[in-house]
Amino acid sequence: MEKKIVLKLNNIEKEYFGNKVLKGVNLTVKAGEIHALVGENGAGKSTLMNIIFGMPVIHSTGGFNGEIEIDGNQIEVKSPKDAMDLGIGMVHQEFMLLPGFTITENIKLNREITKHNALSKILGPSLKSLDIEAMRKDSKKALDQLGMTVDDWLPIAGLPVGYMQFVEIAREIDKKNMKLLVFDEPTAVLTESEADKLLEAMKKLAGQGIGILFITHRLDEVLAVADNITVLRDGEQVGALTHEDATVEKIAQLMVGRKVERIEHEIMQQNESDEIIMSVKNLRVDMPGEMVRDISFEIKKGEILGIGGLAGQGKIGIANGIMGLYRATGDVLMNGKKIELNNPKRAIEDKLAFVSEDRRGVGLLLDTSIEMNVVMTSMQIQDKYLKPLLGLKFFSMQDVKGIREWGNKMIKDLDIRCTGPAQYTRRLSGGNQQKVCIARALTLEPEILFVSEPTRGIDIGAKKLVLDLLVKLNREMGMTIVMTSSELGELRSICDRIAIVYEGKIEGILSPKASDVDFGLMMAGEYSSRSKEVV
Amino acid sequence: MKSMWNKIINKYGYPKVYIVIFLVILIITAIIQRQDIPGLFRDSIVRIGMNSVLVLAMVPSIASGTGLNFALSIGIICGLLAGCISIELNMTGFSAFMTAVVVSIPMSAVSGYLYSKLINKVKGDEMTISTYMGWAIVSLMSIAWLLLPFKSPEMIWAIGGKGLRQTISLAGRYDKVLDNFMNIKFMDMNIPIGTLLFFGALCFLIWLFMKSKTGAAMLASGDNPKFAEASGINVDKHRTIGMVISTILGGIGIIVYAQSYGFFQLYQGPLMMPFVAISAILLGGASAKKASISNVISGVILFQMLLTISLPTINKLMPEGNLSEVIRIIVQNGVILYALTKVGGSD
Amino acid sequence: MSTQMELKNKKEKKFNILNILVQNSVPIMFFIICFAGIYASKLNMNYILNELVLRLDRNLLLVLSLIIPVIAGMGLNFALVIGAMAGQMGLVAIKLLNVGGIPGLLLAMLIAVPFALLFGLGTGKVLNKTKGQEMITSLILGYFAMGLYQLVFLLFMGTIIPVKNPEIILPGGVGLKNAVDLKFIQYSLDNIWKLNIFGIKIPMVSILIIVLFCYLIRFIVKTKLGQDFRALGQDIHIAKVAGIHVDNKRLIAITISTVMAAWGQIMFLQNIGTLQTYSSHEQVGMFAVAAILVGGATVSKATIGQAILGTILFHILFIVSPNAGKNLFGDAQLGEFFRAFVAYGVIAMSLVLHAFQKRAMAKQKAEESEAQMD
Repeated sequence: MEKKIVLKLNNIEKEYFGNKVLKGVNLTVKAGEIHALVGENGAGKSTLMNIIFGMPVIHSTGGFNGEIEIDGNQIEVKSPKDAMDLGIGMVHQEFMLLPGFTITENIKLNREITKHNALSKILGPSLKSLDIEAMRKDSKKALDQLGMTVDDWLPIAGLPVGYMQFVEIAREIDKKNMKLLVFDEPTAVLTESEADKLLEAMKKLAGQGIGILFITHRLDEVLAVADNITVLRDGEQVGALTHEDATVEKIAQLMVGRKVERIEHEIMQQNESDEIIMSVKNLRVDMPGEMVRDISFEIKKGEILGIGGLAGQGKIGIANGIMGLYRATGDVLMNGKKIELNNPKRAIEDKLAFVSEDRRGVGLLLDTSIEMNVVMTSMQIQDKYLKPLLGLKFFSMQDVKGIREWGNKMIKDLDIRCTGPAQYTRRLSGGNQQKVCIARALTLEPEILFVSEPTRGIDIGAKKLVLDLLVKLNREMGMTIVMTSSELGELRSICDRIAIVYEGKIEGILSPKASDVDFGLMMAGEYSSRSKEVV
Repeated sequence: MKSMWNKIINKYGYPKVYIVIFLVILIITAIIQRQDIPGLFRDSIVRIGMNSVLVLAMVPSIASGTGLNFALSIGIICGLLAGCISIELNMTGFSAFMTAVVVSIPMSAVSGYLYSKLINKVKGDEMTISTYMGWAIVSLMSIAWLLLPFKSPEMIWAIGGKGLRQTISLAGRYDKVLDNFMNIKFMDMNIPIGTLLFFGALCFLIWLFMKSKTGAAMLASGDNPKFAEASGINVDKHRTIGMVISTILGGIGIIVYAQSYGFFQLYQGPLMMPFVAISAILLGGASAKKASISNVISGVILFQMLLTISLPTINKLMPEGNLSEVIRIIVQNGVILYALTKVGGSD
Repeated sequence: MSTQMELKNKKEKKFNILNILVQNSVPIMFFIICFAGIYASKLNMNYILNELVLRLDRNLLLVLSLIIPVIAGMGLNFALVIGAMAGQMGLVAIKLLNVGGIPGLLLAMLIAVPFALLFGLGTGKVLNKTKGQEMITSLILGYFAMGLYQLVFLLFMGTIIPVKNPEIILPGGVGLKNAVDLKFIQYSLDNIWKLNIFGIKIPMVSILIIVLFCYLIRFIVKTKLGQDFRALGQDIHIAKVAGIHVDNKRLIAITISTVMAAWGQIMFLQNIGTLQTYSSHEQVGMFAVAAILVGGATVSKATIGQAILGTILFHILFIVSPNAGKNLFGDAQLGEFFRAFVAYGVIAMSLVLHAFQKRAMAKQKAEESEAQMD
């Protein structure tokens, strides 16, 4: 018997401020089917889920194009509540659990079972009393369905992560009309055994007729449970595989694939020098969400080294750790000398500079002028752009003229579009703000420049300019650059070598010319198990 | 027309624009009522000078990221104590004034330093905590005023012979010592040039400080602490510097205030003074996160002119009740309220 | 997984005992201060207990009205004074209509309701605009509202609002008198049924009304509305995603608080017997907040028991400090200053402790998620 189609997405398109994130995605999920959605970061998976679930961020940024059909009926999902009413449930990546509430209270959040009392008949339904017994009965049932034996009246605070994940799921399946359940990277925070249990539960739920949409980057899980697989890349659907057709290699290749448009760059002369400028051994960084567990690699002098990998795997943590922004342990040697970690000031004194991925959070003083942004770090740490007051060295005053001159030079050299060096950076566009950050790093005259997500949130035209700038710095000034990026395309266009990070460790280092399959496998952590040789 | 209005609002903010309009209406009313206009302007200038340094004290705390300094009362108390000491030492004139100022500085520095240690541990809740810490300390100090071993008969209660009086007069000591400095007469009235010069000098010092390396670091700490840390700046240290300077200015500010007013007001006197200074600087266009010296100047001018001119003008319109006082309460608190809605997170 | 659970439970038990000590350190400290104060004041117990009962009768309802906003995550409602002013408007109304006794009292409570509802909604709207800074906002809003109140009662009475009664209007014809006599309703509630136990006079009906409100609060917390409040109090974002109308619920929470405060002020004044038009309400917010904090409540947690305990301890201090000050230092004034210092100090300390707790929890959360990454 032909299974009923639970969810059908027709031609979904979405733009964020002129940036097209979804370019016409089609997807079908049948009742009882486990459908996996795979792709790199920025491929559009989360945006697609947010659209299905009616999250506020979609509607506050211009809505979307295309149709959603549930059970064959075209519907509109304007809020999470709408989604819930239509039978769509979502198990979020960040748990939506209230720590002070019990398991039952969380399962029944905003859907509590109530009964009338004297006051509610007069003053309205919100004053109905909670029927705790009935609530506990329901939640026990949901927990049983997942094979969980735990006291349903325990508070969430203090439960192990695996339990919390299951409570999230229990909450969704407790919703009576559940037709489609979306899982957003559910195994990301689970141990292996917990992840296995989760996949078991997923199969069980599918067996009960619920359609499941499962976002993940763990290809082994995909192969273990998925009936069908859709691969997204750059907002487009680039592949639809069935369980029978799918192999890790095929999925990996589809995920990474070559972009039709490439940012053209002169083929760089391979850097002959093999002089090592920095050597990193057993680096471990405690950066929440981007943990680095054990990373060792070397940076060659004068190269552009790329660091890539999926979000959350740890690539962002590397530069942050070396620059002292997050707690780090390990050995980092520069020109043979060990450098001190956990000290941003020392890092800069050791001639390292960092353009953070968190432009607005760490990278800029938004309510301060461009020129002050550019010279601030250099002034404070290298004592540049200062003048003694009336000849007394103790009172160091800002060298207003020098700062203004340098500000103007940076604006000219980097082509920063602004009204002048005194303009507050808050007013600038993303691309120009990024240039201010780069200008600040350059002012430090570093030997190694770490850049994270250099073109994030910048429009296409400006992206090219920023990348060109990095190449120029490398070629003309011989600056060693370490570039961390989620966009494999841009890494492959300007880097000499690319290291891929998976689960906090280096999965491998590839030449930009290596095959798509190799990159895909590395990003999915499947490379080492397939013992191919590195180019 | 509408777009010009919008441009003005965007540039200056609602409170400033509305208050300026209100002020203009008041001035026109005063002229119609045939009030002593020159006299009113002179009184305004006196009050501006009187309050100026207390408002200036807000700049370092806002700039360093600690926000509006509701605990300015700590600095004010140090200033009062120093003032009492100068009287106890039986000093008069300008030297007495300067002694009080100089003695207040180390006291303010130490208390500001200690207080900032606390404030650095409660980032995000500074305003509410400062308000109540300020009030608690004023109350504690009230007990201290009763017990401190001052002996000067001008300051002690006549009956009982122990404990300081509520109000201590400066007549014959350094009452108006700055005001009367450089006796410039303008249309038959004394303009308090001395006070304004003193204020100007302090403004200059603060401006100079902001243009130093430390000043830049402080501004960075206030604008974006994460940026500052990443640039090797010790945010806590610079917040402390900001709080210490603010407290010192509070101490000096109350002495300037007292010499113009003619009295030291102990006990519950300092309770609401931070609020007045805060309203003034907010009126001048500052926010809880950013303040400049120009905000101080325009704010104190607007606020004090408003208070000075509204009193006789409104009382003539409506002799019943204390309407001008009511207006003051509404304006003063309304301005702070408005600033809070700009800070608060409404999603 | 089960051993992990055991370990976590053990850690929590230890944490809990420490937690209980820390949480109750404030009431414990106050017990000590009160004993010392009672001893130093040399007042006799009978007098103290009578005064205490009187003050509980007056103030408990006001303190209880702080509970719901705390549960809903809005912190301490310093804008309580706004509700108090609504209550006073009700009393002015019955004075104008010249209705006394119990009917007058009930009428006053009734008239105060629409005002309190209106003011509560206004307060809620402003607080919704300043999420995260509710307490300083409610503080300033209270002062602002007092200014508006003065505007109405000082200037609109007799002019825009045509009132001519010479008993309440100032000689000039404009503005309400500074003190409005409320003898016609004084003790109306208290006197209905008085019990005398060991020489202590207890106004039973008032106590019953307070008990009724205690039950009302407990009842609300156990309803859907109460559950929504509790959700809000923990995490606004999660509550929102779950579909709870965050802004609306917050409005309701503050409005309930404002209405209770209005009635609380009426109960306060029916016992005092005189309305100090421009000052009866001034310190209401501060004293109520200090009282509940003394009982062990915090910015994020407040229970009925803490409200009652706190009011008892705080007011014992009020009763004994003038005499204690006189006996210890020869100055009654000192006792009063000490009282004010305690009130402000308790609030300041609570705010500081709460801020510390917030950061400690955030740090713990970050460390926990790190641990899980391994």
